Amino acid sequence: MDVSCERVGEVLLPGDEFSFEAEENISLTVPVKSEKVVCGPGLRRCGDRLVVCKSGVLRHKEPNVFWIDSQQRRYVPAKGESIIGIVTAKSGDVFKVDFGGSEQASLSYLAFEGATKRNRPNVQMGDLVFAQFLIANKDMEPELVCIDSSGRANGMGVFGTGGLLFRVSLGLVRRLLAPQSNIRSDLEHLFPCELVVGMNGRIWVKSASVQQTLIIANLLQSAETMTAQQRQQLFRKVQQGAF
Amino acid sequence: MEVCGSLTVSLREFGCEQSLLSRTDGSASFVQGDTSVMAGVYGPAEVKVSKEIYDRATLEVLVQPKVGLPSVRERSQEQCVRETCEASLLLTLHPRSSLTLILQVLHDDGSLLSCCLNAACMALMDAGLPMSCLFCGVTCAISTDGQIITDPTAAQEKESRALMTFAIDSAKRSVLMSSTKGSFSVHELQQCIAVSQKASEKIFQFYRDSVKRRYSKSL
Repeated sequence: MDVSCERVGEVLLPGDEFSFEAEENISLTVPVKSEKVVCGPGLRRCGDRLVVCKSGVLRHKEPNVFWIDSQQRRYVPAKGESIIGIVTAKSGDVFKVDFGGSEQASLSYLAFEGATKRNRPNVQMGDLVFAQFLIANKDMEPELVCIDSSGRANGMGVFGTGGLLFRVSLGLVRRLLAPQSNIRSDLEHLFPCELVVGMNGRIWVKSASVQQTLIIANLLQSAETMTAQQRQQLFRKVQQGAF
Repeated sequence: MEVCGSLTVSLREFGCEQSLLSRTDGSASFVQGDTSVMAGVYGPAEVKVSKEIYDRATLEVLVQPKVGLPSVRERSQEQCVRETCEASLLLTLHPRSSLTLILQVLHDDGSLLSCCLNAACMALMDAGLPMSCLFCGVTCAISTDGQIITDPTAAQEKESRALMTFAIDSAKRSVLMSSTKGSFSVHELQQCIAVSQKASEKIFQFYRDSVKRRYSKSL
């Protein structure tokens, strides 16, 4: 029943193939379950082998999920991901939102909490919205919503009076949003701040003063290329310098 | 730089660097001896309605020479690079988007087209665009006395009677693109292809080592 692969943790390049070990003894009494393997980003199926299509580190999550962890700057929309978008146009009943992808997404004015045809949400051009993808595939125009499946906002919607929006790589954003994130816990000990993280590589920061906001923005942008030790050293230096 | 009896293939020293430009989605610089090319990739991004293709991405390649404006020679180099990239990228995953690849020639000391191909492949990998296989470029020159020289310098290219560039893919070592100049026999062409396939092994191993070094911090 174990699907194991020796190449987990190795750096793989596009075109590399790998397959899985089959069990050597097939029992005649116990029914054989077919093993399903879930391919994540960076892997494609080719017959019964998996072919790598992006360069990166092969990761594995129990029981049967494999994906390639790659460093990328350009965002490709996927259903269910929450992103920070900028409203660029209002055409009829729909807002056009730029999220950094290959085309703009549409956001209906009814997709806000408590919005009806008479009670329109207060959204202007240039506003920042935190929204989730409802439709995101390669063939259709992406569609965003600011409510979850039960109709509640759940933190989504228009935000951002003051504060600073900047771009980072997608890998840093995933590290920030991971359940036990070292970067986030290091940041908590610095200054109190408000942070909105979009999976399209955009982060919005607001802190007590403009200087602190800029410091946090610079720290996050430089944390991309540092190891954990260097990052902790830098954070400690900033903490001592500020107080 | 020279080959005797096609037993050993020697290439000039090469080096590369990834992610050196800050505003592009992917970038790389490739150096072969004294020839050096920098590549930048943008994509998948918005495309003009007149250029969009309904079921795959539109790939645009621009080659900028070191001095002057791009001319017909750069246009033919662009076509060679574009055909190679279209054969190895999975363009159907990003319909109605545009991918732009810009190659800047920093110094030309021979084997320019193969250096452009290598820089392009590293930049596409750096940008995270889905590819079905890698590709590399190898240039061979046939001198006046029939010797095959791989990775020739500009001086060797001038004295040769034939110059060939092949793009080799990593999956089956097959030829994706060939660009030839001069006169040669069929037998010499087949020899050059065999020599290029052998040289491509070194280049692919170099790709693997440099990507491994890049990801070593996060392992």
